[in-house]
Amino acid sequence: MPMFLHEARLKRQTLFDSLFRNLTRLAALGVLLLLASILFSLVMGSIPAIHAFGFGFLTSSAWDPVNDKFGALIPIIGTLVTSGIALLIAIPVSFGIALFLTELSPRALRRPLGVAIELLAGIPSIIYGMWGLFEFAPLFADHIEPWINDHIGTIPYVGPFFSGPPMGIGILTASIILAIMVIPFISSVMRDVFDVVPAMLKESAYGLGSTTWEVMMSIVLPYTKVGVAGGIMLGLGRALGETMAVTFVIGNAHELSKSLLNPGNSISSALANEFTEAVGDLYTSSLIELGLILFFITFVVLSIARYMLYKLGQREGKAS
Amino acid sequence: MFDLYARRRLINAIGLSVSVVAMAFGLFWLCWILWTLLVHGLPAMTPAVFDKMTPPPGSSGGLFNAIYGSVMMTIGGTLIGTPIGIMAGTYLAEFGHRGWLAPITRFINDILLSAPSIVIGLFIYEVYVVHVKHFSGWAGTFALAIIVIPIVIRTTENMLRLVPSTLREAAAALGAPQWKIISFVTLRAARAGIITGVMLAIARISGETAPLLFTSLNNQFWNDDMNQPMANLPVVIFQFAMSPYEDWQKLAWAGALLITASVLTLNILARVLFRQSTSTH
Repeated sequence: MPMFLHEARLKRQTLFDSLFRNLTRLAALGVLLLLASILFSLVMGSIPAIHAFGFGFLTSSAWDPVNDKFGALIPIIGTLVTSGIALLIAIPVSFGIALFLTELSPRALRRPLGVAIELLAGIPSIIYGMWGLFEFAPLFADHIEPWINDHIGTIPYVGPFFSGPPMGIGILTASIILAIMVIPFISSVMRDVFDVVPAMLKESAYGLGSTTWEVMMSIVLPYTKVGVAGGIMLGLGRALGETMAVTFVIGNAHELSKSLLNPGNSISSALANEFTEAVGDLYTSSLIELGLILFFITFVVLSIARYMLYKLGQREGKAS
Repeated sequence: MFDLYARRRLINAIGLSVSVVAMAFGLFWLCWILWTLLVHGLPAMTPAVFDKMTPPPGSSGGLFNAIYGSVMMTIGGTLIGTPIGIMAGTYLAEFGHRGWLAPITRFINDILLSAPSIVIGLFIYEVYVVHVKHFSGWAGTFALAIIVIPIVIRTTENMLRLVPSTLREAAAALGAPQWKIISFVTLRAARAGIITGVMLAIARISGETAPLLFTSLNNQFWNDDMNQPMANLPVVIFQFAMSPYEDWQKLAWAGALLITASVLTLNILARVLFRQSTSTH
């Protein structure tokens, strides 16, 4: 009799076990399902626009809600240009911060300073937007943009990109604010991968008489280059999808202009500004297709980032 | 010979100074932004902010309905997202050693983790708002839940991996079935880390604006029906800050200070909590 009782109990526990395992598996499957349904719903939503404009949507700069003519070129360029300039500013700064935190900072300051930089990532993006619009843009218009006009705007070839009305809002302002926003992401990845470098390698270089800078440039950076590239791509992914901060300061002008001081538009700010006010199926559908394009671009960028970080992790596993 | 040495020293000095400048550059923005918030936000912080509704243009009022909406949607999003995240994270850490599902899920989850949040708003608009034909607090809640899930999955998996496998083996040797080992031994050992992750997720969604624009929208009046459009701090801040009315802008600054203070407090609290719990082990 006790024998049977035991068996029944065991059976029940095995049942619970498989129930538990399948429940967690279901949740994991749910994540895949989530991505699939996001893609599916965006594609479904953009079918009217795809039918109406085909591939021409990507190369047309029209944006005319009255006559139902839409093209994605201006927002796509705006998104790519702002993110690109943001990276140009953020990469050297992030490298400097990571170098400071891993090699230079006194041990007692390392943690608080690291946390302070990470808090920069915690500030909500709408706060960056407000600050950018009310504090940064006026100062930028009064003091920096006239200088840019006078000194960089007059250089042949480069000049046209840097001359324009000093309004404070525009592509360049949006790029600078994006740069501040992605610095914490890039620098924290850089710091993490720099910490991975075996102390033995660095000490050997120091023992041979290298300076800190030389150890950084010829030991640490080559060892971690894949991870550093991954961190940069991660920052790029963030910058591409950033919405609120950009919406406040980019100016939301649907026109293509050579100068970075002029207002422009990005995919995410076009969505934030126009989606709830869009009337007509084609208008809505064109905006959803913009969202689909944004999702596709960030998906590719983030995949590359993850692949690179994963490769660095793999090598680290092999080395130990 | 000496020349070369001096040059190397010089390059080193320049490089290191630039690094110090970069650090100062980063801190400079943090201080400037926080300073701006204090200067504009503190004078706008009146008791009315907490007990009056959002006003029509040109008159004074408060943010009570927006604060209420934000709190409700944040709680809702956390309550929906956390269990799913913990379960999926458990699968990745405890059962994900073999098979195709775990590596792919991990990869997709990492992408969802930094996917543009405005696209999540579009998604909920397409699958929920379009079908029920109106904006609602629930739609906003769902959008926030989708943002919570990947964060919780990531921290749950990482924290479970830190639990030594001897603990699992000890429990198994005592005859505990696997579900008991996981829910009463490993998850409990990783509790502090998982709570940290949930707190970081709450901090993240309480400042999110983009996914709420097309889901919960806004509501000028008091509303505690989650099935109706619901006011929430981020969208109110967006609308009020972009407006030309001075009263509205003032309220926007008060809301901005409120959100930033709570988000940063949560961030710091999560770190302190995590540090305490890991140092006692």
